[in-house]
Amino acid sequence: MSTLQACQLVIDIPGRPDGNPLEFSVAAGQIWGVLGPNGAGKTTLLHTLAGLRPSRNGDVRLGAQRLNDLGRREIARQLGLVFQDRQDGFPATVLETALIGRHPWLSPWQMETGDDLARAEAALQALDVGHLRDRLVSTLSGGERQRVAIATILTQAPAIWLLDEPTNHLDLHHQVAVMKLLKQQAAGGKAVFMCLHDLNLAARWCDHLLLLYPDGEACWGPAEAMLVPSVLEKLYGQKLMTVEADGAPVFVPARE
Amino acid sequence: MPASKALRPLLWLALAGLAAMVLSVSVGSAGLTLADTLAVFTGGSSELNRTLVLELRLPRTLAAFATGGLLAVAGALMQVLLRNPLADPYVLGLSGGAAVGALLSMLLGLAGALVGASAFGGALLSTLMVFGLAHGTGSWTPSRLLLTGVVVAAGWGAIITLLLAVAPTRELPGMLYWLMGDVAYARTPWPAFVMLVLACLLVLPVGRSLNVLARGPMQAAALGVNVRPLEWSIYIGASLLTATAVTTAGSIGFVGLVVPHMLRLVLGNDQRIILPACALGGGVLLVLADTLARVVIAPEQLPVGVITALLGVPAFLYLLYRSR
Repeated sequence: MSTLQACQLVIDIPGRPDGNPLEFSVAAGQIWGVLGPNGAGKTTLLHTLAGLRPSRNGDVRLGAQRLNDLGRREIARQLGLVFQDRQDGFPATVLETALIGRHPWLSPWQMETGDDLARAEAALQALDVGHLRDRLVSTLSGGERQRVAIATILTQAPAIWLLDEPTNHLDLHHQVAVMKLLKQQAAGGKAVFMCLHDLNLAARWCDHLLLLYPDGEACWGPAEAMLVPSVLEKLYGQKLMTVEADGAPVFVPARE
Repeated sequence: MPASKALRPLLWLALAGLAAMVLSVSVGSAGLTLADTLAVFTGGSSELNRTLVLELRLPRTLAAFATGGLLAVAGALMQVLLRNPLADPYVLGLSGGAAVGALLSMLLGLAGALVGASAFGGALLSTLMVFGLAHGTGSWTPSRLLLTGVVVAAGWGAIITLLLAVAPTRELPGMLYWLMGDVAYARTPWPAFVMLVLACLLVLPVGRSLNVLARGPMQAAALGVNVRPLEWSIYIGASLLTATAVTTAGSIGFVGLVVPHMLRLVLGNDQRIILPACALGGGVLLVLADTLARVVIAPEQLPVGVITALLGVPAFLYLLYRSR
């Protein structure tokens, strides 16, 4: 089972001091949440962990190997990424979009088989977008597109899931549905690492948290140790009120 | 997608290609009936008809087919590379570069294959300039690329006018052909044909990677595509195809724009189908356009580029109007 490891990693954001290097490992079964204000570098961190951007220092390891020593195809079999924004230059249907998740698993001469198709369809069903399979992605709502993107990584089925704001555009029911799906994937041996805007979703569903400050400083650890109101207030520069609901702390921004 | 379903449209396009070629070799100042044309191929016709079809009309028809196929495939590849359905070798100024290369060599008194080589060099230089300048340090944004192409094309236009102004009068007719594109001057269809077949074979295994690349370079990299090498291969491949097409038949515009667009409307956007379909569809379009060019004001002939531009300009404007 592969583990994603950041070794003395400094992400490269021009004009920003190094801060403290990141040193953590995301193991199978864990759900990590990255919290931080706008511009803290959450997306950059995710892209660096996926090997899509060079780091300033240190490296990322996938299992025992450095990410830089692996080919893109090999990486894509172990690690998938759901982007925050997606471009659709050409029209494509929902099913075609989910089906590209099989790309790293097929050789150049291979056509998609019935098995690939079945995986894509099952993924669309799991995200509650199965009925849209023949629609053009460009005609869907933001929330539906978000679910199609998650269905694509489910079709890809990597061991490590990186997600950039997976609950963006989702209504409350689908936010919970997606979080449940991620939890279920983690329970099945996947490692999940995601950026979140919603502090309460993170408090509720993540077992580890990484707090990222705009000046490059960062701290990380088990969720309960990180959810300290004073620390979170400093992170967002916002006074918070804490209440307890459904067995988890809920943070509400104070009106000042 | 099952292979049989993918092959059906290609089969229809291939049949359309055959029909267009038969029509093209039958039509002309000495009209032949379908039976006459078929007799040439089955060996039961007069010597005159045989010469007419096999030595005069067939090479021209084959050149038109190969050129059309090359331009359409080059256009489709550039559209994937730039994730923009408006990309086309002519619009991006490549054809202008080829024309300048050809005219310059003609002014220097070169002839034959050297003019072709010079046109090839001009097309490649133009591609490098447009893509290089538009890329800069960032990435190929559609508006920047189109503008760079248009401005470079305008520059080539000025140089062409200059060359025509200083050229001796007897050179002018041969020079004008480079500007509008005309298969009548094609010496041999074979280089273009070989290139077209090679291109079709080479793009088949990268078809699925191209599908993923059409979703954007980051998404493609995350799904296991080696983006940089693939982008460079498409870029160089499309330039070579364009340069070969221009060398064969001058600068024929808009085939690379109209054909992929029409085929995508019908066949979707799976490159494994679209690219071979473009090779066939572009061939059909140019063979028909050339046939039309020969009969509209017969016995005079129009350059085929006039016909494709009259089709392509409205199509381009429509696409631009519809794109948000």
